[in-house]
Amino acid sequence: MFNNFFHKLASPKHFYRIAGNLIPWLAGACLLLVLAGLYYGLLVAPADYQQGDSYRIMFIHVPAAWMSLFIYVVMAVAGAIGLIWRMKLAEVMLISSAPIGASFTFLALVTGSIWGKPMWGTWWVWDARLTSELILLFLYLGVIALHSAIDDRRIAARAVAILALVGVINVPIIHYSVEWWNTLHQGPTVTKFDKPSIHLSMLIPLLLMAVAFKLYYAFVVLMRARCEVLERERNAGWVRELAEEK
Amino acid sequence: MSTDSLSRAFTVLIRRDLLLAARRRAEMANPLLFFILVTSLFPLGIGANPNLLQAVAPGIIWVAALLAAMLSLDSVFRSDFEDGTLEQYLMSSHPVSVLVLAKVIAHWLVTGLPLLVISPLLGILLGLPETGIKTLFITLLLGTPVLSLIGSVGVALTVGLRKGGMILSLLVLPLYIPLLIFASSAVDSAAAGLPVTAHLSLIAALLVLALSLSPFATAAALRVSLS
Repeated sequence: MFNNFFHKLASPKHFYRIAGNLIPWLAGACLLLVLAGLYYGLLVAPADYQQGDSYRIMFIHVPAAWMSLFIYVVMAVAGAIGLIWRMKLAEVMLISSAPIGASFTFLALVTGSIWGKPMWGTWWVWDARLTSELILLFLYLGVIALHSAIDDRRIAARAVAILALVGVINVPIIHYSVEWWNTLHQGPTVTKFDKPSIHLSMLIPLLLMAVAFKLYYAFVVLMRARCEVLERERNAGWVRELAEEK
Repeated sequence: MSTDSLSRAFTVLIRRDLLLAARRRAEMANPLLFFILVTSLFPLGIGANPNLLQAVAPGIIWVAALLAAMLSLDSVFRSDFEDGTLEQYLMSSHPVSVLVLAKVIAHWLVTGLPLLVISPLLGILLGLPETGIKTLFITLLLGTPVLSLIGSVGVALTVGLRKGGMILSLLVLPLYIPLLIFASSAVDSAAAGLPVTAHLSLIAALLVLALSLSPFATAAALRVSLS
């Protein structure tokens, strides 16, 4: 039965229906978590003893930066699945993820720069992590540019999949750049192995926002994927039926 | 028998590409001239203060090498794509990744090696100390093959496109950045009299990584581009 579910999911027609059913739930859960995260983050969590209230931008900045890496990895995995098993839906997911990932990367850069102005006294420093995030943005833009340059959708998706797989080698370099270059950016405070050096009252809204961002990605990528599926399958019978129904 | 013919195909391919390059010497000189020209533009742009020049020399030389390598990339597969030879490679009984590696090696011999040879001269022009020039040479020796190898993936992805040039730079330059960072900081450290073994090891690691993975990616990309 479980296997059957995945087979159904892989067919564009069923994916379109299942995704359509999932989107309202994901969007609703996302909204609730964003509200809760903002409430705890902006009102409940105490001000930082050094940074005052301006640290609160971290509740957007850090989840956005996490998402920027996460989505790139998702794209590479989807690309590998698409290349190995020729699964159309994996290609659709890869293509639909790229603009969202680019937006999150841009958001992480902008919020980081807004935070950096009062904290470091400058909008931008050529710190390793900032630079890597910028490189990540370029990688996303490369994926989008390559996809739009190739007319045939299937060829474009496969070319982009290879590019994503090549680029994903860069993601670990980004992640470990903190240890490698060890510069101005503060070290990780959540994923330390012993004990997080962040207080629980700040950790809770951060995690709430992180989950909310994941849900946001999930429902937006499903919305985009539904559009992409419709465009790809525009000559299929079920899409025509759908168009005639409405 | 089959490995014998594969190694033969490998060497024949390299010899063919070198011969083709030798018949078109002017084309061969272009990346080199570009490299020298860009490097000599910087002193004119930022002023001839020797201390300043010495401080930025590693970065300038490496950025120029990066751009020169990128500009020359298009020629790896372009002519073979246009006359249909590339399709013959894909249809041959030999693994495409090995043939691709041969083409990349030939390309490096034609475009990377001249940069390497001329680089000490540019180091002297920009006032690098002797230790810095030595390290610059080693980083270019280890690094320029990485440029050709990573670049070949980008070229393979864009070879079928009419306006591949701009996209190629967007695809390839971000992937060059780690190399640029390690290489120019190695030259910096060497000029300051610090040990550079760690930097060189990292660049060598990048070379090994690119050498072992990129031919497969390039072969896959060629298959996609020609499908």
